[in-house]
Parts: sequence; structure tokens; C-alpha cells
Amino acid sequence: MTNRTGKLIEGATGKWEVVIGLEVHAQVLSKAKLFSGAATAFGAAPNAQVSLVDAAMPGMLPVINEFCVEQAIRTGLGLNAKINLVSVFDRKNYFYPDLPAGYQISQYKQPIVGEGVVLVDMPNGETIEVGIERLHLEQDAGKSSHDMHPSLSFVDLNRSGIALMEIVSRPDLRSGEEAAAYLKKLRTILRYLGTCDGNMDEGSMRADVNVSVRKPGAEYGTRCEIKNVNSMRFVQIAAEYEARRQIDLIEGGGKVEQETRLFDSRTGETRTMRSKEEAHDYRYFPDPDLLPLEFEQALIDRIKASLPELPDARKQRYVSQFGLSPYDAGVLVSDAETAAYYEEVAKGRDPKIAANWVTGDLFAMLNRLNLSITQSPVSAANLGALIDLIADNTISGRIAKDVFQIMVETRDAPGAIVEARGLRQVTDTSAIEAAIDAVIAANPDKVAEVAAKPKMAGWFVGQVMQKTGGKANPAVVNQLLAKKLNLPG
Amino acid sequence: MSDLATLTLAGARDALRRKKISSRELTTSFIKEVEGARGLNAFVTETPELALDMATRADARLSRGEAGILEGVPLGIKDLFCTKGVKTTAGSKILGNFVPTYESTVTRQMFDAGAVMLGKLNMDEFAMGSSNETSAWGPVISPWRRKGSNTPLVPGGSSGGSAAAVSARLCLGATGTDTGGSIRQPAAVAGITGIKPTYGRCSRWGIVAFASSLDQAGPMAHTVRDCAIMLQAMSGHDPKDSTSAPIAVPDFEAAIGKGVKGMRVGIPKEYRLDGMPSEIEALWAQGIAWMKDAGAEVIDVSLPHTKYALPAYYIVAPAEASSNLARYDGVRYGLRVNGDDVIDLYEKSRAAGFGREVQRRILIGTYVLSAGYYDAYYLRAQKIRTLIARDFEQAFEKCDMLLTPTSPSPAFGIGEKTDDPISMYLNDVFTVTVNLAGLPGISVPAGVNNEGLPLGLQLIGRAFDEATLFRAGQVIEDAAAFKARPDSWWK
Repeated sequence: MTNRTGKLIEGATGKWEVVIGLEVHAQVLSKAKLFSGAATAFGAAPNAQVSLVDAAMPGMLPVINEFCVEQAIRTGLGLNAKINLVSVFDRKNYFYPDLPAGYQISQYKQPIVGEGVVLVDMPNGETIEVGIERLHLEQDAGKSSHDMHPSLSFVDLNRSGIALMEIVSRPDLRSGEEAAAYLKKLRTILRYLGTCDGNMDEGSMRADVNVSVRKPGAEYGTRCEIKNVNSMRFVQIAAEYEARRQIDLIEGGGKVEQETRLFDSRTGETRTMRSKEEAHDYRYFPDPDLLPLEFEQALIDRIKASLPELPDARKQRYVSQFGLSPYDAGVLVSDAETAAYYEEVAKGRDPKIAANWVTGDLFAMLNRLNLSITQSPVSAANLGALIDLIADNTISGRIAKDVFQIMVETRDAPGAIVEARGLRQVTDTSAIEAAIDAVIAANPDKVAEVAAKPKMAGWFVGQVMQKTGGKANPAVVNQLLAKKLNLPG
Repeated sequence: MSDLATLTLAGARDALRRKKISSRELTTSFIKEVEGARGLNAFVTETPELALDMATRADARLSRGEAGILEGVPLGIKDLFCTKGVKTTAGSKILGNFVPTYESTVTRQMFDAGAVMLGKLNMDEFAMGSSNETSAWGPVISPWRRKGSNTPLVPGGSSGGSAAAVSARLCLGATGTDTGGSIRQPAAVAGITGIKPTYGRCSRWGIVAFASSLDQAGPMAHTVRDCAIMLQAMSGHDPKDSTSAPIAVPDFEAAIGKGVKGMRVGIPKEYRLDGMPSEIEALWAQGIAWMKDAGAEVIDVSLPHTKYALPAYYIVAPAEASSNLARYDGVRYGLRVNGDDVIDLYEKSRAAGFGREVQRRILIGTYVLSAGYYDAYYLRAQKIRTLIARDFEQAFEKCDMLLTPTSPSPAFGIGEKTDDPISMYLNDVFTVTVNLAGLPGISVPAGVNNEGLPLGLQLIGRAFDEATLFRAGQVIEDAAAFKARPDSWWK
């Protein structure tokens, strides 16, 4: 997809193309760490989840957590990627206090997952194809705190040894917006798969953003890597800032130097962390404490058979089976919980009406109250029941909006609300007829007007509805009014 | 009370089971020997109270008829094995005050089998050395002396404390570890038996790592049988070590006495070095004759890549060591020398904590793994390693075992080779190939030179075929009838 030109950026010397690739670190959803039995729960007291292996005590040895391997395979399958039956763990050597062994166990030359592809829907309706170069397993480091003591640093090793998947994309992204959308899609896939919780504010997902700029059609420019960006919005801001910085630099007669940069979320700017000359020599070599990671095709097949329906397939199904628009389908599948909610509402009902309620009133309400769908005060069962009440003419669509609001406030079932508040639609023709007769009797002048101007009938409808407290079935009202006023039916 | 001067581990085991002696009596005697031999500097930590406590419990089990393989037998433990609650230093200042909260798998298995620990044994720092002179706690003095000389000699290394303690009869056996010859070479120059089992036979969990792909624990003792008994307790698959082999452990002692009649013994011509001392040549010839006498067929074989083994070893081992020793950074445990910042702390702690030889190997290892050098050094060394393993595989198509000298020279004087690392590294010339190929090798005392110093012969076997080495080792032990003992000059 490298020939695809995205939105170009205007510079002083003409248009520029931004080229972005992401290295995403996704924490493997697993109760235990990658090479030790220690727990991984977020928020434990500092150094409460550290085994002898994680602390790199003398003579300690890593043992691979097979569940983490299965999670990596599952993820690779979800990224439509090649799974390597043989992969190798290497040591990446560098000194830092939160890296107890003085090396990180990672995969360098032979990762567990090879090339794959992710499809990303953009709001303008375009679908971009982002190549995945590889996915490998590695250990996380601990956490250093430098602000707790005037001269000392503190180290928390709870994260030390937690399994990460590093997912490396091809430089197929052409704007900050695309980069953010790709990250969002990746998170959706990982959450569907249950291989990463995607909680970026807890550090479960971080991205290193590689940015370069070039004149359209030219060779790739020199790239800079922005480390550890921890939200979708920041990915977009960082990429946009960095692209503009590079363009200004080049147009000002300067040259982009390959370097590692940091993103400052307060200012939205990036700044130099270390230059190419200062880059570490990691002295990678195969970890002699671990045998090559080998498994049978049967394991892959077993995992493949257990994969859930993934967002792309589900979206396709919503379009073809439910007749939803691609946009609505895309919105509904964007996370597994929303999709599950929608499917429960739609079950046995008109799927389009269900989709309108979910993407309309429900989303508006959740947005307003800043709630996730799992926290919704209106359950999928209750929303479904509300739709049923409209379908069987118990209430009108207009009343249904009121009932929905009451459901949000009380969390009650719609049937109970309708009964308790007497909102049941009046379809009893004699009651409606009486109301119509009263309106006609009280407004002879209007009756004369409507004879000349049938559009005036709307006024009568409003009066009748008012008299019946909005509960009259509008179709019945229209029908009876037409008869009584001798209007063309 | 048995005579400690002739008592073997097997003999003690049998006497304990027959209640001719108690473990407490035996242990008390050895504690006295240990205390009387401090001049040898073989033990870095003595644990007499712990030993007596273990002996008491062993006696209780013996009286209940619940004896394990090593029940009540007093042993020494190389200071590379982490021992729960007992200081474990790896011969280094950087771990000078380190007390593990955990027990290595090998020592736990031995203690579960009833062994009594007399203390921790001196060694070359992080097992890097062939003379036990790189220990931060001073060299071990060999109990052996040249005839008519008081020159202090080295006990070999890196398991020098183990070799000295066994040959001075301060314990009935000792654990060693062997990365390039660190069990076999000291066993040979100290006149005892030692076996490096197949890589993966013993768990490495809880053993301070030197070079992970080469390190292997093994026993050092007076006799082939004693080694077989110890190895039985030390061996077995450990899920905590991914490189430990999930292979059943045969009855090693049962292999002893079956002889070598009809077996084929290969003699690798590449081990005949230019300028090899004639006494080593003669010993080797004697060994060949003994095997023939015992009914074995002796054939010539070739291991063509032997000459590359030592250089390859001195790339692979330091490379792994440079990474394995990175954890000794002064941050979490061990020696810390505070600095202006964390880099300064690292540099000061590691400069103060590591000795010269360890620093040398960290530098070599860091160099050979560096960008631009990796392919030329580390990768090529790994290729050589593959070729060496293939040499052995091809040789073992023609024979059941190989017979070589263990060491190219007998014990040398303390300080004689410390200024010349290359000549020191040459001590491992016959042993490193075995580590590179992951094979088992045993050294058996076979005679003394004209100065009265012990010399050893090495048998190399197929992977996981230690049983053949015990069989054939016993043949050499019987034929050699090695009776030489050091004078007890240290008492």
C-alpha cells in the first residue's frame, strides 16, 4: 500500500507526504508473567508481585509461560499473520535499574509471528490496508520513579517480566489520524481476541511512533522514533507535530537526524531523547537459558478453531445479514461489548430499528453521562422490550422516547413504566372518537377552514393528542379525523 | 570408627546403613578434619552446626529405615550452588554477603537424599579459572606437593576447593561445576575422580551462572562408584530449568563392574599435542593398554575440528558470562559502592566487586557480541561448536567412548601462570570440547608423575551415556590401583 498517497501536508516548498509506522507494545492478558509464575494484576503495592526470577537473583532461570505463547498465536491469527512454528528468544543487553538481569528477553531475528494485515476504516469511508511486519514476545521492564526522593530513584519490579507483544506495522500510515485509527482498530482486534485488555491508561498498550516525511513519490525520508506514546489522541498529536517539525526543518535548510524522541503530552511537542550515536548496542544473542520455541501446527489449528468472530467478519455480516449501512455496522462492531449489546437488542427484532436505537438514543445517552456500554443504565433486554412495545402498538414512537428517559433515570423495565404511568397508547376508537367530536364541536371555524385547506388537519391531530395526553394511536386519530371531516383518506 | 584415611563414600554409606557408625560420629570427625585443614583454604564457609543438625536428622531416618541415597554422608558444596540461609559468594566480592533464600535444585535433591553439608567450598571467581587463584577469598593450596619440595601448588580449578577438600579427606565427596573442565581438570591434578555429566542431566536452577549453555554440575569424590552414587542424587529433570533433559535417570551404580569387554574405545589423534609432556604421553599409552587388557577394542578416530575448540570456547563462554553477570549491578543485592549517579554506581560497584579475570572475560564477551563483531566472533564460534559436536557424533559411530588425558600438565605452582592467561587457558584444551558438544566426561586418577603428582585420564561418552563412563572408569580405577596420598603436611 506504499503507493497510496494520503492527505498531503502543505509546506513552503510544496506538498509533503507523511509516512508513519507503529510499534505497539501490548500487554498479554495473562494471570502470570512471561517467564515466572508471579502475578500480573494492575495496582498492587510496589514490589509485591516479584518472583526470584523477576528480581534476577543468582541462579534463577526463565521458564516460558505456555499460555502467553498461545495468546501470541491467537493474536497473530487475528492479524491474519503467518505463525512461525520455530522462534527464538534473544537477550537484549543494557543496564538500567528497572531491568534486573541487565538484559531483556525478547525475540530478535526469529519472532513467533510474521507478516499480516489489518484493515482500518476511516471516517471518510476509505478502508486502508496496514501491513504487519511481525509480532514478537518479550518481557516488560520494571518502573523507575525519580521524583520520590531528592537524590535517590525508586524501582518497582511489579511489571518486570510481564509478557508483552510487540506488534510492528509497515510504514503504511499517511497521517496522524490514520495512525490513531490503526491503533484503535488494533485495540479492537486484541480485545475481541481477549489477548490484551487495551487499557492504555494502565499502560497495557503503548506505541512507539516512527515518523518521516517525503515529497510524494520520493524515497522514504529519515525517520524519528517517538517512544512510549500512551493514547490514540497523543499518537495523532505526536505524529502531526513531528511531521510538521521535520518539514519545517528540511525547508529551513536542515536535515532530519535519525533519533529517538520523547512526546510531551502537556505541550504536544516532541524532543530529542537520544541521537543515533548515543543509541545502545544491545548485543543481541540467543538466550542460552531457553530452548528455541517450537510447537506443532495442531496447536495453531486448535487455537484457530477457538477464535471468536472478528470485527471485520462481524461488520460484513451486519451489512449482508442485517442490511445495516457499512458505517453503522462499523460503529457497532468497534468493540466487542457494543456488538454483543446490539446483537441482544436485535435478536428476534428488526435489526435496523435496533441499530437506530443503539447508535442513536443509547449512544447519545452514554456520551452525555460519560458511561461505557457495560455501565449502561438501560440493559439490552430492556431496550429490546421497549422496541417490542412500539412494534405491538402498546406505545407510540414519541412516547417511547419519554419512556427511554425514564428507563435511564429509574433503570426500570419499560413495560412496568408504561403500566405505572398509564402511558399505554389509546387505540379504543370510541375514546378517540369522543375526543375528536369534542374538538370539532368546540372549533366550528377550524372545521370550515379545513374543508378548504385539508393541510389544516394537522391542527386537529395536535388537539386530539393533547386531549388524550399523547397516548392516542396517531394512525387511528388520522383515520377517524379523515372520516369525520370528510377529508380525502 | 572407620579410618577416615581410606573411607569412601560408598563405604560410609554401607557402614551407616548397617549402623556400624552414626552420621553424627562421622560428621563430627569430618568437622575436625575441616577445622584442622584451614591452611588449605578449601572451605570459604564452614557450617558445623548445620552439619550436625543434618546428621542428627539423618540418623533418625537411618534408624527408621528410611535412608536416602546419600543418607548421613558428609559432603562439601561448591560455593556456586545457592544454599538456603547459607552464604553463597561464587568466589566473588560482589556476592560477598549474599545469603540466598532458596536452595539450588541439585543441593536440595542431595539434602533430600540425606546428604550432610559440612560447608561451602572455595572456587575461582564465578568459576572462571583453572587454578583456583582468581577467588576473592584467596587461592586454595593443593594438599599435594612435589616430592622433596614445599612449593605450594594449585589444586586446579575452578572447582579447586572441592578437589582439595576431597583429596585432603575433609569430606567424602563434593559438588563441582564444569563449564570448560572445572570438574575434570582439578580432579585430575588432585588425584580424585570427577564427572561432568551430559548437559541437561542436572538442573542448573539455583547455580550461579557462568556460561549457561556450557555449565553443568557434577560430583567429585574418591572413586568412580562414589561419583555414581552422588550423581544419582544430583540428576533428573527439573521443570524450573528449560534446558534440563526430561530423560529418565538410569541406575549408575549398577553399571559398575560390567567391564568393557567387547566395547570399542576411540583414541582421537588430534589430542596428541606438539610438545605434550612425555609423562602425559606415557600415561595415555598406559590407559590404552589397560583398556586392551580388559578386552576392549582400541581404535583410532579423528576429531578434526579440535584445534578450534579452545578459541571457540573463549568466545562463547565470555559472551554468555558478560550477559549473565550484568545482574551484579549493586542495585538489588550484593556489593554496592555508591556513586554520583547510577552509571557511576554501576562502574564503582563492578570495579570493586569483580576481580581481574572476571573483568577480562566480561570485556571479551562484550566485545565479541558487539555490533560489527558478532558475526566474526560469536556466530563463527557457534558454527565451530556445531562442527565439534558433529566430529563427536561421527566418532561415536565407530566407538562407544573416547580415551584422552584430562589435563596437559600436572599441578603447577601458585602464581606460576597467573600473568599468562593464554597458558592458563591451555589447561582446558582436552576438556572444553566436551562442554562445547554437551557430552559427559569423567576423569579418573591413573598415576603420578616422577615428582609424585597425580595425573588423570579422561573418558568421553555419548550424550546421556554416563553409565558407560562409570563402567569403563572403574576398569581404569582397578587397573591403575591408584594408592598415592598427599602427606598430611597441613595438619
